[in-house]
Amino acid sequence: MMRSIKQQPFRAAVLVLVWGWLLFLVLAPNILVVGASVMTRNPSTFISLPLNLDAYRQLFNPLYLDVFLHSLYMAALTTLICLLIGYPFAWALSRVEKRRQMLLIFLLIVPFWTNSLVRTYALKLILATNGLLNSALMSLGVIDEPAQLLYTEGAVIVGLVYLLLPFMILPLYSVFEDLRQDVLLASHDLGAGRFATFKNVVVPLTLPGVLAGVMLVLLPAMGLFFVPDILGGSRNLLVGNVIKNQFLDARNWPFGAAASIVLTLTMALLMFAHRLSKRRLGEEGA
Amino acid sequence: MRWLSRSYLTLVYLLLYVPIVVLVVFSFNDSRTGYNWGGLSLRWYDSLFNNHAMVQAMWNSLWLALTAATVSTIIGALTALALHRYRFRGKRVLNGMLFVVMMSPEIVLAISLLGLFLLLGLKLGYVSLLLAHVTFCLPFVVITVMARLSGFDERLPEAARDLGASDFTMTRTVLLPVIMPALMAGWLLGFTLSMDDVVVSTFVSGPSYEILPLRIYSMVRVGLKPEVNALGTLLLVFSLVMLMLSQRILSRSKQ
Repeated sequence: MMRSIKQQPFRAAVLVLVWGWLLFLVLAPNILVVGASVMTRNPSTFISLPLNLDAYRQLFNPLYLDVFLHSLYMAALTTLICLLIGYPFAWALSRVEKRRQMLLIFLLIVPFWTNSLVRTYALKLILATNGLLNSALMSLGVIDEPAQLLYTEGAVIVGLVYLLLPFMILPLYSVFEDLRQDVLLASHDLGAGRFATFKNVVVPLTLPGVLAGVMLVLLPAMGLFFVPDILGGSRNLLVGNVIKNQFLDARNWPFGAAASIVLTLTMALLMFAHRLSKRRLGEEGA
Repeated sequence: MRWLSRSYLTLVYLLLYVPIVVLVVFSFNDSRTGYNWGGLSLRWYDSLFNNHAMVQAMWNSLWLALTAATVSTIIGALTALALHRYRFRGKRVLNGMLFVVMMSPEIVLAISLLGLFLLLGLKLGYVSLLLAHVTFCLPFVVITVMARLSGFDERLPEAARDLGASDFTMTRTVLLPVIMPALMAGWLLGFTLSMDDVVVSTFVSGPSYEILPLRIYSMVRVGLKPEVNALGTLLLVFSLVMLMLSQRILSRSKQ
């Protein structure tokens, strides 16, 4: 070991720096969160002994359980809408001629690079009581009085879908890109109808993309606390809002940490499903 | 079928871009109420640049993004090189940690870092923001550089080593020119991610160092502020320029 450091000082320096950074700023903080979730709340030092599972029990307190279930419901609905819009969209996109595809993909990446807070605020301009949508609907005679669009559950879901749709489309697009035309033709030649081909060929082959998209949408849809803050009013909270309140306002670290661990476990579960679906495809393909 | 899929694509793109267009158009609206058109005006841009605290937050954000992008590009490039060239124990663990940082919800990263900083007694401000921003930018730089290295002819670095170049010299003279475009693209992405971040910054910033996204956040929570239209438009144009630069660098290097 000593010898290799002497021989390759550069290599040693690189490895120490990289490992140091990740151990100190990724591993240690995460261990800290796991630790905090089983400790006791303390107003001055944030956390203290004894160890207990109170924080996890508190998650099942009806007050919070309601918030969690409602948040999960909004996130699931957001994911479903993104999938329903994104699946045919990605399919259609993969069929556009190559030269135009470049531009269309570029237009999808733009949101990833632009400020999501600003884009959420832009939605507010449209959904506000005397905003554009209401004025448009009133001048068309669809409604007589402005409808309450802002500060509703619907507004939060629209906001989440708007922000997260590209994250659903991009992984779907990449699996549709790999979906070879001859596989579909083969299925057709073997006598499968359109629906049978879709169900037995297209869906299984695009499943890893679906799961990757679900992963990229569902978790942020539970964490993006600024969306309900701007569009949703006080009743449509996400898990992210609860975590933020517990950490920054209530100073209840164990509870905030436990909530965050639930999010992380959900992520782990989805990643596992994604891996599994890919592996199954790999075996069948070989 | 064809026109159907075309019109569907168009419709979704319209929905994605209408809010952005509305924001940009309204930033030039003279009306104070923000909903009615009151004629063209640059008054909101004017009031933006006359707001001292706003300009200060802008500089703070720019400096933070500049430093965070630079540090994460350096560490990210070294990480990618290490993953690509060296065999070492725990390589998979390292890879896994980067993957987890990229995939895990931002808020999870945010609270874990807040916990660390407070327990260490680090004053929340520029340093804590910098450490946090470098951490969430890191995986993106690593991926960009790895992608560039994956198509690289392995005989070149070996030849350099055989000719007597040390590891450091070889990296500097052979590998660095190859990964340069990826470094620039990674830097631009890191800069933009840092400029736009709200979630992590909400947790790890302190009153001593106010940054732009958090200032916008406190403005848009209550009602509509026409200044935000102007500020948002500036940020959008800025991000767009960065993205186009990065695409240009990457596509040029492929040719």
